[in-house]
Amino acid sequence: MAVLNEEQSMLRDAAKSWTQEKSPVTAFRKMRDSGIEIGYDGKAWNEMAEMGWAGVIIPEEYGGSAFGYLSIGLILEEMGRTLTASPLIASGVGAASALVLGGSDTQKSEWLPKIADGSVVGALAVDEGAHHAPEKVALAATKSDAGYSLSGTKSFVIEGLAASLLVVSARTSGQPGDKDGITLFLVPADAKGVSRKRLALADSRGAANITFDKVEVGADAVLGAVDKGWDVLEKTLDRVRAALAAEMLGAANQAFETTLDYLKVRVQFGQVIGSFQALQHRAAKMFTDLELARSAVEAALQAIDADSPDVPELVSLSKAKMGDVFHLVSNEMVQMHGGIGMTDAHDAGFYLKRARAAEAAFGSQSYHRDRYARINGY
Amino acid sequence: MADFGGGDPEAFRKEVREWVDANFPAELKSRPNPMMREERAEPSEAQEAWRKAVGSKGWGTPTWPSQYGGGGLGTAEARIIQQEFGRAGAYNPIGGMGVMMFGPTLLEYGTEDQKLEHMPLICRGDVQWCQGFSEPGAGSDLAALQTRAEDKGDHFLINGQKIWTSGAQYADWCFCLVRTDTSKKHEGISFVLFSMHQPGVEVRPIKLIAGNSPFCETFFTDVLAEKKNLVGPLNGGWSIAKRLLQHERGGLSGAGGGGMGGRSLVDLAREYVGVDAQGRIADPDLRTRVVHHEIEGRSFQQTAVRVMLESKGNSGPSAATSIMKNAGTSWMQLRQELTLEIMGHQGLGWEGDTFKPEELGAVRGWLGGKAFTIYGGSQEVQSNIISKRILGLPDLTQNN
Repeated sequence: MAVLNEEQSMLRDAAKSWTQEKSPVTAFRKMRDSGIEIGYDGKAWNEMAEMGWAGVIIPEEYGGSAFGYLSIGLILEEMGRTLTASPLIASGVGAASALVLGGSDTQKSEWLPKIADGSVVGALAVDEGAHHAPEKVALAATKSDAGYSLSGTKSFVIEGLAASLLVVSARTSGQPGDKDGITLFLVPADAKGVSRKRLALADSRGAANITFDKVEVGADAVLGAVDKGWDVLEKTLDRVRAALAAEMLGAANQAFETTLDYLKVRVQFGQVIGSFQALQHRAAKMFTDLELARSAVEAALQAIDADSPDVPELVSLSKAKMGDVFHLVSNEMVQMHGGIGMTDAHDAGFYLKRARAAEAAFGSQSYHRDRYARINGY
Repeated sequence: MADFGGGDPEAFRKEVREWVDANFPAELKSRPNPMMREERAEPSEAQEAWRKAVGSKGWGTPTWPSQYGGGGLGTAEARIIQQEFGRAGAYNPIGGMGVMMFGPTLLEYGTEDQKLEHMPLICRGDVQWCQGFSEPGAGSDLAALQTRAEDKGDHFLINGQKIWTSGAQYADWCFCLVRTDTSKKHEGISFVLFSMHQPGVEVRPIKLIAGNSPFCETFFTDVLAEKKNLVGPLNGGWSIAKRLLQHERGGLSGAGGGGMGGRSLVDLAREYVGVDAQGRIADPDLRTRVVHHEIEGRSFQQTAVRVMLESKGNSGPSAATSIMKNAGTSWMQLRQELTLEIMGHQGLGWEGDTFKPEELGAVRGWLGGKAFTIYGGSQEVQSNIISKRILGLPDLTQNN
């Protein structure tokens, strides 16, 4: 655990006690069983917003607290432990970062206070295929009388069903795969021509495919510069990836601790199974990997707070390492629990499903290993 | 850093720089540290002069107390000495087991007389130490050791055999674990010191798979250790040994890039494997494994930084400390395997001018590196320690 300042310690403690008391895994189970379409409990989200969590990276002049990314990572780590579902990453990190990094004063004034108080949920509509590939933008934005007309589809938009504000990457010139020619737009989700299809995913979290059919927006909907949206998009994505890695860190640690508890109580052959060296050494390996992953995740968040030039490589490092570790731990959780881990009544399946969804979101391990190598020139 | 106690770090740096310029023999500039060579030659006049100069200042052991021959300095000053030596192309001539393991342990457990007798000799580099721990029947299960020390009034008489004794052929003294009570296991072990230059000490170097002989078999027949050289209480040697092994493990995990020296895997791959039109390592399977390994190394380095910062924070020592030996040594071994693979046939040479020194070094390093996960507590023993002490799982070995 990074060395924290007083305000960060308080934030972490508040997040820990709130998630443990108000949002344990049973709350996630209840949400899933209820079939809520948006994929999270709206009342719980209101409580989070009241505690100021949605505004942690938003400047104070726009209603936030500007505590920074390590701070929101601490909250997300606690939320990850109990698998708390919320639009905090999509809105409080994704949409908020895009606006902070690329928004005009007018856009910031209009949207950031509402994101900070939770009344507006934002989401990033970025990907268009089965794999994260933010430069492969085909969705077209063409000049129109009012400004621009958007046509195309976005897939796997995290919290896309709940969102009232979409940050959409669109092509204003060039070809899919070009980084030049991408422009970001702020599109209200209720705009004419926007249609959303809810995705029911294995991890029960909220996501949607979104079709844009000649959606008319004004020129003032452009976030940042026309054709030059890549820079803000990539920086925004790095902030989302680092935040997601923090959530994964919490979830993986809880999956490990739950498993460790089980190893200490499950008796077979007349002794607790945790006394078997075959399991002990696998536990020691997981602990080792979790500690390495924690270092990587915290370093990425700290680099963002310091606006360090190595943010892209540190973020890819952390998402790749964290993905590998969560993958391992979630599999071992099921295996070490044996039959009980296969039942829906047990939590192990939740962690396994969340692991794969989080691994794939905003770039899998192979995506980020490739990116890390390219950044370093090989 | 508060180490200067109000003093001026730049003034100290100037003092060190001037002293190094005045005392470091030019002919040794950028030469390797003779302490690091396994096959030791007679030291040259310049090497001896440099050792004596640094030793008499206590700057080879800068943070040790000055009354025992150390520099009596803080860590910030020690860092400046290290930096200034590096700037001048100078090595630290004071080192070995005495500095790395025995000295810190004696500081903690020794009597005043023992410290005054032994530590100044270590600080001056006058005495080299070896570690008499492992035995043929006591490796990972170290407490099974059987070398006997018989009480003869004012001294002990020692009989038995040690193995894997690093540098025993060059050592003047031995810190040794001996059995003083055969009725108990851990509580029957004592920690004694004796001279290697006496009748009954026989040292046989062991040739290893890499072709070198860094370790010895060491035989003791009626070897004498004076009672004043018992460290800690009689039969109380085990806890001292455990503490000493922590110093050893701390020194063995220095991986994560800098520790290995040499060129990066990426540089080697560019040369031996080539790159594609986009500048990527041409073999995509190898590239993937190199990235994996680079990421692992970075996260290890980040953990080393985190452990250091956390230990200075207010929450006590980090649990992450326990992972460093396993994580660091497996990383280094994988690096050696990848280096060999990248070099292809050129990475299989044993000797001869068909191969560059870098290539021959890679082969010997790869073989020698297999020991990393065996000595200083094997990978498996380290995993036992993590599962017992950190994770609270039941211990069936009763060994750690």
